[in-house]
Amino acid sequence: MSSTLPTPVPAVSPGTEEFWAATAEGKLLLRRCDDCGTPIWYPRPFCPACGSLNTSWFEASGRGTVYTFTVVHRSGVPGYRDALPYVVAYVELDEGPRVMTNIVDCEPDQVKVGMPVRVVFQDTGKGSALYRFQPDPSAGGGG
Amino acid sequence: MSIRGKAFIAGIYEHPLREIPDRSNSQIHAEVAAGALADAGLSFSDVDAYFCDGSAGFGPLSNADYMGLRLTHIDSTETGGSSYVVHVGHAAEAIAAGKCQVALVTLAGRPRSAAMGGGRGGFGDPTPDALFEGLWGMSGAVTGYALAATRHMHEFGTTSEQMAEVKVAASLHAQHNPNAFLREPFTVEQVLDSPMICSPLHRDDCCVVTDGGGAVVVVSPEVARGLNRTSAKVLGHGEAIKHAENGRLDLTYTGAVVSGPRAFEEAGVSHADIDYVSIYDSFTITVIETLEDLGFCEKGTGGRFVLDGTLVAPNGRLPFNTDGGGLCNNHPANRGGMTKVIEAVRQLRGEAHPAVQVPNCTIALAHGTGGSIGARMGSSTLIMGTEDA
Ligand SMILES: [Zn+2]
Repeated sequence: MSSTLPTPVPAVSPGTEEFWAATAEGKLLLRRCDDCGTPIWYPRPFCPACGSLNTSWFEASGRGTVYTFTVVHRSGVPGYRDALPYVVAYVELDEGPRVMTNIVDCEPDQVKVGMPVRVVFQDTGKGSALYRFQPDPSAGGGG
Repeated sequence: MSIRGKAFIAGIYEHPLREIPDRSNSQIHAEVAAGALADAGLSFSDVDAYFCDGSAGFGPLSNADYMGLRLTHIDSTETGGSSYVVHVGHAAEAIAAGKCQVALVTLAGRPRSAAMGGGRGGFGDPTPDALFEGLWGMSGAVTGYALAATRHMHEFGTTSEQMAEVKVAASLHAQHNPNAFLREPFTVEQVLDSPMICSPLHRDDCCVVTDGGGAVVVVSPEVARGLNRTSAKVLGHGEAIKHAENGRLDLTYTGAVVSGPRAFEEAGVSHADIDYVSIYDSFTITVIETLEDLGFCEKGTGGRFVLDGTLVAPNGRLPFNTDGGGLCNNHPANRGGMTKVIEAVRQLRGEAHPAVQVPNCTIALAHGTGGSIGARMGSSTLIMGTEDA
């Protein structure tokens, strides 16, 4: 990376407090429907698969693969515009959801669709951390 | 109840300017409204229904007040850039239901001259998705469309050269439009040599950023019969929202897979009947995915489909965006749905530029896209015909 990505502080809304508190402890939580069992993303206390209001947190594996990505060469986003080029991606978690994030600890031109990745937490200093993903050398194969 | 043949587009107007530093949004709304009404041979006092998107002010209240409209029917459906295509469909429904006779639809915005807000729901609250998607350096719409393009290339072998062909076709049309923001023809090499913005999308894969706006007037058959102006008949309409599917999003297709068949069914026409298409072209990849999803080619073959001048008027197999589209002509308020309807009506009236007028253009399709392709988006498809279609 040309420089370190910024760590903007997430806005915490009702229903997402536990999610962000967990990130500060190095845990990636997902919501799961108590009735139909579907993992839910983005986190919300409602199951869009079946309409249930009964949902609970569980800890995700933090592993997945790159579903798609883009190398950003021009950016107007404060902080990010000083960190060009950087990678925005959707990572498909092993639990199913495809999650928007950044790929870090990897040269942008080395990122590939299908590449195995694992979560890494980057602290915001405000009681939360950003869930970004780095190449996962422990994963076999991939691609 | 079908809307087929129950409403006509009698007036259109596209603002001629592309940079407007010295007028308010409301003024531009009023200017395009006046232009479209004059085109139809109608006046503000004839208007009994008004349609606008969420950027017009406090819903439809601000502009109804500004323009002094006296209304029996209102609609401020907000689906991003597809809003105005939705509005034409809703106007036709309202007219068919007897709620109104003369419906005015307007769009205006000044992204070139004044910053516009984004990523917010009503009343200043971040939308719930923005809490999780606003952290990663998404730099405008292009980042999301680039994510879709990468995946489309991965799954189907689509290439940057194929995407560039879409820009080339639009530019071949724009050279004939004296108001177009970009009037120089592009080559594939030029597009590929332009600066990379978000891989794989180059600067020239992106639409222009322009101030301005446009308007259309939709009227009842009774009103249309009394006008001296040729109208376009509304034949069918479909609308859809496609979203992230609880995180299982698929960026390789759009809501057109739903809105398209609905419009074709209502219009009672087939793909072979379509003489001209206005395809939303915020980015080159938008056109490729939309053409596939509307069924003009098989899924995944859009990149090959646009080769060999397919989209180039007047002789291509499927002439598109003969005004130069959003890619070269105009993308007012960062939203291209309005100009898509307008150019389709020009084609049906035989009033496109002679160099790009499709001979005997009888049936035309306009498709609008709003939001981020494949991720959280509105799609709307409108099929129109000549008065006797
Ligand atoms: Zn459920």
